[in-house]
Amino acid sequence: MSPLIEAKGLSRRFVKRLDLAGKIAARLGADIHEEVVHAVDTVDLSVMPGEVVGLVGESGCGKSTLGRMIAGILPPTEGTVLLDGQDIAKLSGPERRDAALAIQMIFQDPFASLNPRMRVEQIVGEAPLVHGLTDRAGLSDYVDDIMTKVGLDPSMKRRYPHQFSGGQRQRIGIARALAVRPRFLVCDEAIAALDVSIQAQVLNLFMDLREEFNLTYLFISHDLSVVEHIADRIVIMYLGRVVESAPTEALFADPQHPYTQALLAEVPRLDQRNRAFTPISGEIPSPLSPPPGCHFHPRCPHVLDSCKTTAPNLVQRQDGWDIRCHLHPGG
Amino acid sequence: MTVLSVEGLKTHFFTRAGVVRAVDGVDFALERGGIMGLVGESGSGKSVTGFSILGLVDPPGRVAGGKIVFHGEDLAQASEARMQALRGARIAMIFQDPMMTLNPVLRIDTQMMEAIQAHEAVSRTEAWTRARDGLAQVGIPSAEQRLRAYPHQLSGGMRQRVAIAIAFLNNPDLLIADEPTTALDVTIQAQIVHVAQTLCRERGTALIWITHDLAVVAGLADRIAVMYAGRIVEAGATDEIIDRPRHPYTVGLLGSVPSANKRGERLTQIPGMTPNMLALPDGCAFRERCPRATEACTNEPPDAADADAHAVRCFHPHGTEVTA
Amino acid sequence: MTDTVTIRVETPFQRFWSEFRESKIALVALIVLASIIVLAVLAPWITPQNPYDLAQVDVLDGKMEPGSEAFAGYTMWLGSDGAGRDLYSAILYGLRISLTVGLAAGVLALIIGTAIGLVAAYAGGRTEMLIMRAVDIQLSFPAVLIALMLVAILGRGIDKIIIALVAAQWAYYARTVRATALVESAKEYVEAARCLALSHTRIVFRHVLPNCLAPLIVIGTVQTASAIALESTLSFLGVGLRQTEPSLGVLISNGFEYMMSGRYWISFFPGVALLVTIVSINLVGDQLRDVLNPRLKR
Repeated sequence: MSPLIEAKGLSRRFVKRLDLAGKIAARLGADIHEEVVHAVDTVDLSVMPGEVVGLVGESGCGKSTLGRMIAGILPPTEGTVLLDGQDIAKLSGPERRDAALAIQMIFQDPFASLNPRMRVEQIVGEAPLVHGLTDRAGLSDYVDDIMTKVGLDPSMKRRYPHQFSGGQRQRIGIARALAVRPRFLVCDEAIAALDVSIQAQVLNLFMDLREEFNLTYLFISHDLSVVEHIADRIVIMYLGRVVESAPTEALFADPQHPYTQALLAEVPRLDQRNRAFTPISGEIPSPLSPPPGCHFHPRCPHVLDSCKTTAPNLVQRQDGWDIRCHLHPGG
Repeated sequence: MTVLSVEGLKTHFFTRAGVVRAVDGVDFALERGGIMGLVGESGSGKSVTGFSILGLVDPPGRVAGGKIVFHGEDLAQASEARMQALRGARIAMIFQDPMMTLNPVLRIDTQMMEAIQAHEAVSRTEAWTRARDGLAQVGIPSAEQRLRAYPHQLSGGMRQRVAIAIAFLNNPDLLIADEPTTALDVTIQAQIVHVAQTLCRERGTALIWITHDLAVVAGLADRIAVMYAGRIVEAGATDEIIDRPRHPYTVGLLGSVPSANKRGERLTQIPGMTPNMLALPDGCAFRERCPRATEACTNEPPDAADADAHAVRCFHPHGTEVTA
Repeated sequence: MTDTVTIRVETPFQRFWSEFRESKIALVALIVLASIIVLAVLAPWITPQNPYDLAQVDVLDGKMEPGSEAFAGYTMWLGSDGAGRDLYSAILYGLRISLTVGLAAGVLALIIGTAIGLVAAYAGGRTEMLIMRAVDIQLSFPAVLIALMLVAILGRGIDKIIIALVAAQWAYYARTVRATALVESAKEYVEAARCLALSHTRIVFRHVLPNCLAPLIVIGTVQTASAIALESTLSFLGVGLRQTEPSLGVLISNGFEYMMSGRYWISFFPGVALLVTIVSINLVGDQLRDVLNPRLKR
């Protein structure tokens, strides 16, 4: 079986160029230069049809940027995204459009992700109408159908987003994505901004929709317990690089990479009372000036000398486990 | 020794659209050095409770009833001048967004020294020394350099640590922390919780940790109070609440956490939506979402504590039969 | 699953209106403004004299005090000017011209400025840079100066004044629209629209533009008041409208020579009318700004 989505060597750099004044200042000897942020640094990722891949990391790790590149919202600086083995960037015309519609995104902020001046029926129905998935006559039923599937009352479709709660708005966003019949959904912290009890509802919705529509997900989250529950495989990122990737149960049972171990140890769990939090030291470095060699070495409890100078490569083991660490050189 | 005793606190917001009873009859007490977790979702009133204690509720809201007894003094009746003397000195608060505490145009040392000198007549040098020591105690390396920095030059976690340092500068008796780690990453969250926990234990400061994350308070707090729609619906020792929850809302909340469910299966969910504070149902605010609700629930549920001081505001708490 | 509280469909406009009503001052200003507009529109029917129909104007009526009686038998409540025009009539007719010119200039500047601002925001890169430098240069000149220069080149007359006013004002709109469009374009609903493979045109006009309207409306109101004031300034200086198209500015200008000789009313009443108009527009604009400012949303 071949992957549905493949990201190959995907990188994204954000460059803050100097404007005219800056260039003059630099010529005159001032200590300013272009700032480059390697938000995503040569990432390979494959997602099989029907799979849920959880993408986990903290701020600055690049997971949202990676998600946006895969969804086609942000162009990569380097690398390609393949859908069914075809390079999306090389497609044109109706094929390009079909590829774009096949990959949809659910956003984090239920307030900013809906156009405040459009009614729900327009938000959900605009794209299907424009792309010919339905015609004017059938639009109303089409929208009703989708709304029911995401648990919204179709009689509310004439309302505006500000009249709905956060959880309902998130459902509207999901309806908007489903309306174009996607095959792959990138969920970018899609439940992070919701209350805990609503998170459970929306998470259940994601699981139901996966069954009903045969969807494949890239589930981006910082919340490990959520990802543990829904994902088949987990990819851990740190400062733009994938540091570990493995099937969920195996990863949680025995994490290999020191960062993953720290991450799992730090997650507060209900069964840990009167904890003495012994946290990992150090701050998350700024993506503007990542540490040389292995990005994690300043905070790593098992740091070796080689870690400070050489960046480890991603080793792909037989059992589907990828790891980027000098402690696990592979072979 | 009881540091804080809140009795029947009511804070209402008189808006255009109606009266929002954000806090509607809240009672709890806190001992010296005690840590209480105040848990709830949006609209529960947990943050407003914290603001009410400090007298930080702005119009159209105000404290509409009840007492806030701090070391024998009722803060609800105190003058603004008295509150100013207390804030930052005897009672301190840290917020979700550390930029709410830190002035972006002032350096860290200026802000910290200001916080000290506002309450005590000390020299600049001494204030500076205390500020530097304060930063060191919250685990900020190279404290002297950090003092000269501006808030925007620090990361989110650092800023929150500075906020905690400022809160502890004058050795308060009570610290109120309003979702201080919600916006922070997991590894940084652990550090912040660790710092707050250590300082509180060392100095005997009482702590109210306001959050929606039960897992954090499970590891941190001695007692937990669960709020829903402006009222405390369940309160007791941490172990009691987490292991033997009795209110259907608490049970639902604990059940909907992914780690409490089998991997890959549907999560137990609480049906319905977070309450609309402008249109609460009569009687128990939770009854429309509650699997155990009956006719009786259209009346105000009683507040009953059991032998272990485990209080539940419910007609049909778990552990009893549901009779109509 | 469905919510149990029924809320009627509340359009953004209804919500806006109920918030606008909260300020009594703004409501009063709005009523005053509406009355002024109505009076101006109805001028031919509610004035005793058409001051620009030479057959109705009698120089013997000239320079009469407020409250005196004209030869034709009606009372000149606000007095008459040098040529015998009843000031009350002249003011209402003058309001028509002032309001028309101000509104036309405001609307045209809005359309042109918005289009330019949108292009700048969406195109980015060099285009944006060139446009914004032009805007900066334009804004560093006083509006009066630009208008004066253009009038010197183009000459006098209503159409030329409107062109001059538009040229002096488009830059405010362009700058505001570009800033708002940039902010809106970065929001997630625009990202979602791109994800849905909607065309650029559709995104700009159906998604971004409607959400830029709030600051535009505020600026539009204030700039219209400014256009009225600017036109009056030009006319007062004698380089604006001609005597045959007398706006309030022209009236004030005409009456100025009489100020020192005690016949204050010839300049004074048109001046008061101008003041009231501009202040009420500004008060309405103030409340609009508060209501439409998303940061002040409760």
